[in-house]
Amino acid sequence: MPHIKVIVTLKPTLLDAQGRVVQNALHSLGYEDVTQVRIGKYMELTVSDDAASDPAALDTTVREMCDKLLVNPVIENYTFEVME
Amino acid sequence: MTVLAPDSTRVISGVKPKFAVIRFPGSNCDQDAYFVVKDVLECPVEYVWHQEKSLSGFDVVIVPGGFSYGDYLRTGAVARFAPIMNAVQQHAASGKLTIGICNGFQILCEAGLLPGALVRNTECRFICKYVGLRVENEDTPFTSLYKHHQLLQIPIAHGEGCYVCDDATEAELEQQKRVLFRYVDADGEPSEAGNPNGSRSNIAGIANATFNVMGMMPHPERASEKILGTADGKPLFESIVATALSVIA
Repeated sequence: MPHIKVIVTLKPTLLDAQGRVVQNALHSLGYEDVTQVRIGKYMELTVSDDAASDPAALDTTVREMCDKLLVNPVIENYTFEVME
Repeated sequence: MTVLAPDSTRVISGVKPKFAVIRFPGSNCDQDAYFVVKDVLECPVEYVWHQEKSLSGFDVVIVPGGFSYGDYLRTGAVARFAPIMNAVQQHAASGKLTIGICNGFQILCEAGLLPGALVRNTECRFICKYVGLRVENEDTPFTSLYKHHQLLQIPIAHGEGCYVCDDATEAELEQQKRVLFRYVDADGEPSEAGNPNGSRSNIAGIANATFNVMGMMPHPERASEKILGTADGKPLFESIVATALSVIA
């Protein structure tokens, strides 16, 4: 089935508190070369073959879903990729 | 703005604002809010389930705290699409008072009724404690019974209460005096030490441009009776009642 990979990241201007904690943990494990950790979200949406048959329409629909629900544009950015 | 004394709720017979407390799956401060309205303010109040579609007959809407829909995806992100939220949008658009507390604040931000967003506390911990607050604007329907720069002790209980917004939004909030409460230290100053969660400019509560929608992370409904430690949150509810009465009357 066709699916869409959506990657959501925190805007670069925002402090990623979670990422900072993970970075500290990596440092305490000895990985001191890590200078920054930013944590985002990965979502996989499976769609019907019918929906995937019109790539342009699917593209528009995915953007709509991201803008309405999957992503908060105040704090997040996103990219997506349609996979066969 | 005409503001009646809070005790007028008992003087004007039969005329009291009617409150709705919205309930989502995962709301957990709904009963506290309901109790304050019913037993402390002595006003009519009803729970409204998130599947309902109407808020007709209600003067004030409270979106309470909790973990609506398990905070899945983002805090408030799923709740904002609950059927009742169309009615909340209409209620707010008609100029009626709407208040979001904690998760309610997060929901109102997600719904676009208030600007900005609430993200994870900078210390990455859930914080449950009393914090110092300063009243920044007492000329609003939500704060009219407080004094300018009055200091309050009200508890917070959240993991994602760090208020963020862009520069333009903050400038607008400050210029229009829409920041209603700020976190402060023991000296009453909005310092870094007094900021429990990393919120931008120590912002703890804001209003919309027309001052009929407000959101705050601290819990005034947990601080409305002295027996619970502090009644510093009670004037907020009394201000709302006084304002709602002046509109009804």
